[in-house]
Amino acid sequence: MAAGTLEHTPTAAAEPSRRRTMTLNMGPQHPSTHGVLRVVLDLDGEVILKAVADIGFLHTGIEKQCETKTWQQVVPLTDRVDYLSNLANNLAYCLAVERLLQLEIPPRAQYLRVMLTELSRIASHLVWLGTHALDIGAMSMFMYCFREREDILKILEMFSGQRMMTSYLRIGGVALDAPRGWEKVVGKFLSEFPSRIDMYENLLTGNPIWTIRTKGVGYMSLEDLLDWGVTGPMIRAAGLKWDIRKDEPYSGYDKFDFEVPTRTESDVFARYQVRIEELRQSHKIAKQALDGMPPGPFQADAPKILLPEREKMKTEMEALICHFKIVTEGFSVPAGEAYACVEAPRGELGYYVVSDGTTKPYRVHMRTPSFANLQILAPMLENTLIADSIAALGSMDFVLGDTDR
Amino acid sequence: MLSEQVLGMRVTQALEGNLPGAAVGGKLDRGELTIDIDPARIVEVCRALKADGYLRLAAVTCVDQYPMEPRFEVIYHLHSISRNERLRLKCRVSGTQPEIDSVIGVWRGADWFEREVFDLFGVHFRNHGNMTRILMPEDWEGHPLRKDFPVHGYKYSYPQE
Repeated sequence: MAAGTLEHTPTAAAEPSRRRTMTLNMGPQHPSTHGVLRVVLDLDGEVILKAVADIGFLHTGIEKQCETKTWQQVVPLTDRVDYLSNLANNLAYCLAVERLLQLEIPPRAQYLRVMLTELSRIASHLVWLGTHALDIGAMSMFMYCFREREDILKILEMFSGQRMMTSYLRIGGVALDAPRGWEKVVGKFLSEFPSRIDMYENLLTGNPIWTIRTKGVGYMSLEDLLDWGVTGPMIRAAGLKWDIRKDEPYSGYDKFDFEVPTRTESDVFARYQVRIEELRQSHKIAKQALDGMPPGPFQADAPKILLPEREKMKTEMEALICHFKIVTEGFSVPAGEAYACVEAPRGELGYYVVSDGTTKPYRVHMRTPSFANLQILAPMLENTLIADSIAALGSMDFVLGDTDR
Repeated sequence: MLSEQVLGMRVTQALEGNLPGAAVGGKLDRGELTIDIDPARIVEVCRALKADGYLRLAAVTCVDQYPMEPRFEVIYHLHSISRNERLRLKCRVSGTQPEIDSVIGVWRGADWFEREVFDLFGVHFRNHGNMTRILMPEDWEGHPLRKDFPVHGYKYSYPQE
């Protein structure tokens, strides 16, 4: 364990005693790397002298594949990037293409997008909390977190027909209107959830083992984090009050009332506190979206981009032509470039989309938060104990699909 | 050439005042400002912009304009948190020997992004220090995101079926 006694000693003080080093290969298959990440550690006893991250094991060339698909066909690919928060990926991509198309999104679609991305943020944070606690040794957290996550996955299935790879968003709106009886299901989950967060905090926040394992571990200064391009809860745990939902509101986030939680300690415990508070804020946003869900269309009025209603296809010639064109060759997007970013559970998720005016993207670049955040693995792990590296890695909350694309 | 609209932006004026001639073009399209930078001066431009408040480098990426020449566009997405502004820099790099200076001395976070561009496009970043592949296997031949790299198969010479 990190500190053998209950008296906590900061890990930075642990000095290498002898210069006889050992190289340890951690991963690519290691339970605490949450995917296939390989870390090569140079060890002096239990102290890490140098850590080198080796990524790319999950590289599937998604950006290359995007160039061969029509604009709408890219949406299911974006699901596979960060498979724990697919709706954030869908949203960032759709926002970028919608900026190129200059599409106006109706309020109901925006509210549905906000509500479901916040629910999937809760689901993503729950996976993080469960596995992070499991790594450190709190086994039961995993069961509780996955119980609540299951409720969210059921809601997502209700809306889209899929539990994880939802592909629920369309360029110009959402795929389907909210299903019958959704208010009851979402409302039931949201009414129960705050007490569940209290329960997580009861189990962890005051727990002496948890505090010893997390306080003062994995410290990085705010200057370093900015220099390395780190975003999301990690930088908020270092004291920077910056959230894209607040500072560059997209998809109608300016209509919602929520706080941006920050801490200043910038250690594993501070990141835990920030994410727990984000669970509460996401719950608050989802509740507002549920209560204020506006009526009206769930897709933009753009017959050449969105598929027509089934009924219209049988009665209107133009609807049939549009359907045929969209399905066979897709729609073309005016030439240009756009960068749209959203606040994903892990940080800034940006899609840089280049169009040459055809029905397929010319280039799609995904600025994924895990890729940028994982860079600080090396400086963060240097001169720490190997047992602390598990806690530090867990606090970064990376998804290897998001890193490698 | 810099258009009136781009020259009207505060950041362009500041850049022109500091480093005249470094900006060779630009556009303001759909609310996003793009400034074309002379590739030889990218490091000093980035340093000046960082001093100007653009503390964050959000991403470095590349677009292959094959078969146009200069072929590669190296793209830098900058962000100023204090001013809540975003800025895109674009450097056009030749396809015959694609090379540009690394901005790792300005933002250390450029490290993996530049390695990724090298890996997938074959643009070499001078003075990077560790210009190795990051996503593809070490012994991979070719650069997959180039437009002349086939989507099917795994070699340039893969026959068309």
